[in-house]
Amino acid sequence: MPRRRFSAVPWFFLAPALILLLYFKFIPMAQGLKMSFYKVRYSGDVWVGWENYATVLTSEAFTSAIWHTVILAAGITAGSIVIGLVLALLVEGQARHLWFIRTAAFLPVVTTVAVVAEVWRIMYYPAEDGPLNSIFGWFGIGPQPFLANENSSLMSVMAMGIWKGAPYDMMIFLAGLAGVDRNLYEQAAVDGANVWKRFTQITMPALRPVFFIIFILAAIRGLRIFTEVFLATNGAPNGSTEVLMTLIYKLGFQQGELGVAAAGSIVLFAATVVLTVGVQLLRRKERDT
Amino acid sequence: MSAQRFDTVLGLQQRRSPLAVIIKIAVYTLMVLVFAGPLIGLLIGAFSHVVDPTKFSLVPEGGFTFANFGRAGERRIWNYLFNSFVVVGFGLALQMLVSVFAAYSLARKRMRGASILMLLILATMMLPEEVIAVPLSVVLADVPPFGIVDPGMRVNLTNSYLGMILPVGAWGFSILVMTEFMKEVPIELEEAAKIDGAGDLRTFFFVILPLCRPALGVIGVFGFTMIWDQYLLPLIVAVDYTHWTLPLALRSLRGDEEVGIGVLLAGTILAVLPSILVFLAFQRQFVRGLTSGAIKG
Repeated sequence: MPRRRFSAVPWFFLAPALILLLYFKFIPMAQGLKMSFYKVRYSGDVWVGWENYATVLTSEAFTSAIWHTVILAAGITAGSIVIGLVLALLVEGQARHLWFIRTAAFLPVVTTVAVVAEVWRIMYYPAEDGPLNSIFGWFGIGPQPFLANENSSLMSVMAMGIWKGAPYDMMIFLAGLAGVDRNLYEQAAVDGANVWKRFTQITMPALRPVFFIIFILAAIRGLRIFTEVFLATNGAPNGSTEVLMTLIYKLGFQQGELGVAAAGSIVLFAATVVLTVGVQLLRRKERDT
Repeated sequence: MSAQRFDTVLGLQQRRSPLAVIIKIAVYTLMVLVFAGPLIGLLIGAFSHVVDPTKFSLVPEGGFTFANFGRAGERRIWNYLFNSFVVVGFGLALQMLVSVFAAYSLARKRMRGASILMLLILATMMLPEEVIAVPLSVVLADVPPFGIVDPGMRVNLTNSYLGMILPVGAWGFSILVMTEFMKEVPIELEEAAKIDGAGDLRTFFFVILPLCRPALGVIGVFGFTMIWDQYLLPLIVAVDYTHWTLPLALRSLRGDEEVGIGVLLAGTILAVLPSILVFLAFQRQFVRGLTSGAIKG
């Protein structure tokens, strides 16, 4: 087939995507990078060098927000993976009732994030006869303050994140499980391997690539968490649930500290890149050995 | 021995003893209650007299009522729903069109630098939208280069539908899914259409696109959910309530002097129903997209 000479047609097809990405991804990214080195004021921006980054990495507000974000991301990631895997093993199979249960369990994933936050604010209502506290009451557990107390607020947000994250992981695990070679199980059964052995020696190794993907997706989702926290607590009580994004939002849109907010965003971006690249390298190294 | 069947990955046998069946039913019921229960409670609550949060449960008190929706209507909920539909309708149409156009170009690789462009598009997928929220608000308030060329020509997309539609117009995920699919469409079909005298656009819309229906389903469903789920973007664009989308407006509905949180429940059920209905109607496309996107990407 002869190679076509230059034609404007492919560029015509590609132009809308490139223009939109340029305007709403690349220009804002460049703008953010630039702003992070300036004190942004109406009267004109002033170059401050690394000062904004110093603020992000040393100020108490930011360090505690970063700490909360890491705890939340780690907790939601680990919780979602463990519960998602257990759920996947429970509902894996062809039966029709399993299809129904999978669908029901998957609903949190397609639930709008804002709705998740509002529903859980109601569920967590801290009075003795609040929805969740009434259920706790049946089992003799006293009323919990949930989001209202700084000792339990972060855990409560975490549980909310796991509620939405676990079914998502379940679905991806199910796809991974479908690819496991069933003949291996027959072989193992003939060799007299028990259920635990089959799980650790056949299922888990087969799921290894899936684990990496789920881990990256969940960890990044956790680091960038915003809407759930913004609506459920907005950092309250007493800053105990303040995460990086809610703090950036406050600084950027309420206190006019656009430069510091931009620097915080770049730090968040760097964290997600390091995480993604790090896991990819680990994965490659593991594949080679 | 070889007659053993393996219905589950763990190689567990189906047990038929009553105890095993009871345990199984209990576990499945618990699962459905934990994950779907709050949403079922929401559905029931929206149609009952739920004045304060302690009345929110799976067993409603009082009778069936539309009062919550009536009250929510007085508080402009239908306007918010309308705004949401405008943004998701035009946003999704734009996003799908942009994706199929770009994918056609990238899949055929008929220009130099196609692989570099693909890499750039993939890079935008790694960029969380939260990261660019602050600078994006600056860009949207004064879209370059108009304001720089002449301050009188400043284009401000704050408080406009376009400000919520254009930024979701190009989505790396959709472009990627579409490109992968279009690579499989045989090029001979295209050449045959050309020989018959069809132009580029004609070939694209009448020969290529109809073959891409399965992939269109995937990007349609995912695009809908993605745009409907937007929160931070409307939050920075829709400054006053005239342009609020429904998810954004929920915060303002938390209490009402007449029906209490009933008005919030009415709002939340309307905010969640469209995405759940789309999921239930297009479940196959949803699962296909989820797993292909996750496993390959």
